[in-house]
Amino acid sequence: MIVADLSPGDLQARLRTGLYLRTGPFVSCITSSEPLLAEGIALHYAEHAVETEFADFHVRIARPRNLRRWYRPQVRFYFDDAPSFHPLPADQAFPMLEWGLNWCVTNQAHRYLIIHAAVLQRQGKSLILPAPPGSGKSTLCAGLAHSGWRLLSDELALIDPDTGRVVPVPRPVSLKNRSIEILKAFAPQAVFNPTVSDTIKGDVAHMRAPPDALLRAEESAAPGWIVMPHFEAGAAPQLVEITRARGMMALIENAFNFDLHGRRGFDTLGDFVDQCRCYRYSYGSLADAIDGCNRLADAA
Amino acid sequence: MRQDLLRHALNDIDLAVHLPLRDWDLLLRQARSADLLARLATLIERAGKLADVAPQPRAHLESALVLAEAQGTAVRREVEHVRLAVNSLGIDLVLLKGGAYLMAGLPASQGRLFSDLDILVPQDRLAEVEATLMLNGWATTHHDPYDQRYYRRWMHELPPMLHIRRMTVLDVHHAIVPATASLKPSSAALLAAARPLPDQLGLRVLAPADMVLHSATHLFYNEEFSHGLRDMSDLDLLLRHFMQEGDFWPGLISRAHELGLNRPLYYCLRYCKRLFATPIPESLLAEAGTHGTTARLMDKLWLRVLGSLHPSARDIGSAAAGQLLYLRAHWHRMPPWLLAYHLCMKSLRPGPRSEGTP
Repeated sequence: MIVADLSPGDLQARLRTGLYLRTGPFVSCITSSEPLLAEGIALHYAEHAVETEFADFHVRIARPRNLRRWYRPQVRFYFDDAPSFHPLPADQAFPMLEWGLNWCVTNQAHRYLIIHAAVLQRQGKSLILPAPPGSGKSTLCAGLAHSGWRLLSDELALIDPDTGRVVPVPRPVSLKNRSIEILKAFAPQAVFNPTVSDTIKGDVAHMRAPPDALLRAEESAAPGWIVMPHFEAGAAPQLVEITRARGMMALIENAFNFDLHGRRGFDTLGDFVDQCRCYRYSYGSLADAIDGCNRLADAA
Repeated sequence: MRQDLLRHALNDIDLAVHLPLRDWDLLLRQARSADLLARLATLIERAGKLADVAPQPRAHLESALVLAEAQGTAVRREVEHVRLAVNSLGIDLVLLKGGAYLMAGLPASQGRLFSDLDILVPQDRLAEVEATLMLNGWATTHHDPYDQRYYRRWMHELPPMLHIRRMTVLDVHHAIVPATASLKPSSAALLAAARPLPDQLGLRVLAPADMVLHSATHLFYNEEFSHGLRDMSDLDLLLRHFMQEGDFWPGLISRAHELGLNRPLYYCLRYCKRLFATPIPESLLAEAGTHGTTARLMDKLWLRVLGSLHPSARDIGSAAAGQLLYLRAHWHRMPPWLLAYHLCMKSLRPGPRSEGTP
């Protein structure tokens, strides 16, 4: 069964007792009575499988038991009944779920080496975009996902130490501020939920993962390219190859749990980067950026 | 059974390994909330049965093993930093609890997670130790004057110290119970009996009996027992290990008498046997204490609280039991007038932020 098989009423009923939702290798049991959350899930997770028996993470989005339940209502994120993060305005219920699920993965899935990076794939090879917030990583990721690249994740590169491959976690792509309009203009076919204003990250909207991302959600990707994106308004595109050592440092600097994996983590990442070519890429427009990535793939 | 799944799993690894997915869904949550996921994972791994676990829960066990291994490495490194600082004063570093189990290579260190490092120093050297630690990068926390006074006048430890670069937390104790507590075990006696570790110069841990008595006292006279089942599991593993030394049991009883820690030992032995079937001789239990009305009430409270750490097993009764034990712990920590003063101060002042990330 997938989410789209449930009527809005059924989905809400499931959410009240816990919806076991599959996203890539993880199943999250989500409990909430927030209507906005149900709408967000119906829109973004329509094609995702609904499971029954086992969840990796049990999360709940609920109103606090105080005045803020009614007065300028807030919601809280609970990980297995323990409140986490500060409360947010109730209209941010869906972004909060997304941030919370990322937090679950980065805090609980240490079986993988987890790197803060967008991952896409073409011709069997992965393109990893490790970068701090503000570098244009998500915008580029969303653009590529609508330009013939398969989306693995916009936030989390999961490297499996057993196989040395990247495991997909296809979920909606989070876009902020001006990126939202840029993407809507670039890919009119992309599906967005209504923009939520005034979040801690500014205006936020989520773009639904394209269909092939979900169809191939169990297909891992081999090492390919590591590209450190850097958006600079009006700049001419400049793709500079850097050493593998520098590429590896970029992954380590953006890793969530490299420090936990010790020697094995170092070897895993070293082997991975050995099979990649690494670049630093400055660009001034989304079209330029996508063009540069396509040329990398075509040259391979 | 479902309420008690975690304890059953720890007691019977074969049962755990073959649980259906639906039960693993609950077991993982119970284990995580009791801080016992890594221990469960280690027990399964050492039994060579990790591969028998279904892949979905196995991923979480593997994750917990990665975390526990990394913490072990980090704590070893941290111990070395603290040892160098303390040894520079000509004092051996005496480790307590998790740090001691780890450095002594005890089974109780297997899959044990850490939030801080605990050490014991002679009270008359406390000021020197604190100054040296500060010179080496540790800074005090709890800058509120009331909290500082609370620790320094009434507690058995300095306010937790935070290393400004490594962000590690160090608890410097000069006793194992607060200065104001009804129990008064002699710190000098504990330090005098502390044992050097083979091949590790300048490093000591408490003698086996003292290690058990400290862990028991810490659990049964503390107001915070969210790690209650983890601490009981530690005690079970300590007892099973030390009982291999022939005269451990009689020595344990006489040491408890010497230090005035009969009561915590009695609860420790009684609940280890009840919860983990630790092979403790019946005669020893009788020798450790009598089971009167108070003890029967304590049974009800402790077993309720220790068995209901996860929301899946919590009800009004367990909440009430937790409240009563919380009050009892404070009652034992300080005389009534001081308790009234302290609770009053705490209720009037904004407390520390305990939330944020779980």
